[in-house]
Amino acid sequence: MQVTVKLFAFFREGRFKEEEREYPEATTVSDVVEGLGIDLDKVGITMINSRHCKFETLLQEGDNLAIFPVIGGG
Amino acid sequence: MANKIFRVNMTDLSTSIEDVPAVWAGHGGRGLTSTIVAAEVPPTCHPLGVNNKLVFAPGLLSGTPAANSGRLSCGAKSPLTGTIKESNSGGSSAQLLAKCGCKALIIEGQPKDDAWYSLAVTPDGVTINKEKEVVGKGNFEATKILGERLGVKQGIIIIGTAGEMKMRSANISVKDPDGNLRSGGRGGLGAVMGSKRVKFISIDPKDGKVEIADMEKFKEANKKFAKSLIDNPISQALATYGTNVLVNIINEAGGLPTRNFTSGQFAGHEQISGETMHDLIQERGGKVKHNCHQGCVIQCSQIYNDVNKKYKTSGFEYESIWALGADCAIDNLDIIAEADSLLDDIGIDSIETAVAIGVAMEAGVLEFGDGKGLLRILKEEVAKGTALGRVIGGGAGDVGRAFGVTRVPVVKNQAIPAYDPRAIKGIGITYATSTQGADHTMGYTIATNVLGVGGSLDPLSKEGQVELSRNLQIATAAIDSTGMCLFIAFAALDDATCLPALIDLINARFGLALTGDDVTNLGKSILKTEHAFNLAAGFTNQDDRLPEFFSMEPLPPHNVVWDFSGEEIDTFWDF
Repeated sequence: MQVTVKLFAFFREGRFKEEEREYPEATTVSDVVEGLGIDLDKVGITMINSRHCKFETLLQEGDNLAIFPVIGGG
Repeated sequence: MANKIFRVNMTDLSTSIEDVPAVWAGHGGRGLTSTIVAAEVPPTCHPLGVNNKLVFAPGLLSGTPAANSGRLSCGAKSPLTGTIKESNSGGSSAQLLAKCGCKALIIEGQPKDDAWYSLAVTPDGVTINKEKEVVGKGNFEATKILGERLGVKQGIIIIGTAGEMKMRSANISVKDPDGNLRSGGRGGLGAVMGSKRVKFISIDPKDGKVEIADMEKFKEANKKFAKSLIDNPISQALATYGTNVLVNIINEAGGLPTRNFTSGQFAGHEQISGETMHDLIQERGGKVKHNCHQGCVIQCSQIYNDVNKKYKTSGFEYESIWALGADCAIDNLDIIAEADSLLDDIGIDSIETAVAIGVAMEAGVLEFGDGKGLLRILKEEVAKGTALGRVIGGGAGDVGRAFGVTRVPVVKNQAIPAYDPRAIKGIGITYATSTQGADHTMGYTIATNVLGVGGSLDPLSKEGQVELSRNLQIATAAIDSTGMCLFIAFAALDDATCLPALIDLINARFGLALTGDDVTNLGKSILKTEHAFNLAAGFTNQDDRLPEFFSMEPLPPHNVVWDFSGEEIDTFWDF
């Protein structure tokens, strides 16, 4: 299935900003994160289609997955 | 140096040094400014009249070596909101005032003539001088002249031409260690300073020092406290991307108010994001990290250079970039930086003014996305005080009233900042119930609603939001009293060593034995003092509401409206 993956802040270094990627059925958020060589401990939040999600959430065809490190501001 | 109250009466041009009344002794920063305003300012007075008072107070730990303790609180009755107001800022002045032995500086009365004055604070007290040279000048030229006149080490607190013109969005700026400016932006306190005819305050502590009751304990606590800040991953990200790292995350969450609050996502978000800003700063030889006051270990500020690699601005914050960018549909970071610099020079709040221009865009005064038009309005209208400039300088509410616009994002007449309350509901409770009008810093629910700090709470659900906002508003009132930067909260919410170390610092400084409960009670009592002032000024629970359009206009992409009832909001005050 096709999933759009978006990376932010230093997760982009040596990777990409946004890519359409192909994944098998039953892929979870953590599968994608680890597949990109990102340490799960460094992940602050993840969102699918602009809603917060969990590492164990299953991805669906056409989903938009955003992965952010631990960041803050304000 | 003993802590004293320094008082200046601008009616008869007299000054005095007073002992601290026992009931004020445990207060500092916001707790002290609000306590003094509540005790001495008639709640129904005109904010720009003779009966309002402008109060400056360093925090409880300012002037000590405690990390991140350099925030200066400024309080008065606000000309923008009509409520009590505290606005705090970095820069050097909190530390220097504390070293003068000044627990609070109270400026009261009003001169009968048209002269302008300056105040000079030293450990010996305050002297009042007539001022001509820097009157009518922007902040940058004025602080340069004053640096040459007084030496670069003196602290400077100053108003720009917006404050001189008593615009209701005028801010008060504080010189930082590099000679740049930080500002107590919100609520128009610069207009109050202008109404007292005080152009600037200089601070020279000479050899003054802040006494510490138990130096060994203090050093030990400071080590733990600073470590908790430095080790926190959010601190590290702030030093790399600044607060502007939020553009992309708030956009992704669908809560980035765009084109005067008509969408929660901005097509140009990437161009104005913290990631883009970081790359531009590096390409142009700026600095990605910079501290706004000595002793800051987080360093969220930065030096942003223009395309010719010349200094353009610093302290280039997410909220300013959002307001000038997404809210006005401008996707050019250099135009936004130019506008940020102009706003600092004029001495006017970057949030209020940019939201006001967003409302003016909706009214057709200029087009959305017209960056050149925005710069022209700042330079030719606001800075010069033309009729249009004064309407915009009066804030978003004034623009809405002048042009008949109904979509005006304000609470208690103060512009709503960079997080849409329809898509991030906790922050809507903070906007509605804050004692000071819409202000994200009063109870930053974004931490838990979006960033996963201090737990997580679905931003689109109503569940738990009132309690979240209440707990954060109580904690914030306490932190704002210590002189600490609010960004210590990211560590405090998730690192169990941070808050106990902060309480140990206060205890070691004053020889006390405060507990966590004492600190919570301090926060509660500050909120109640501020709320009581507002009620006496004529506000009711009906003022604790968001503008009507938020409950009528669904916000894309989630297509959600603000759906809290008045009764639900009012439970905020059940404590």
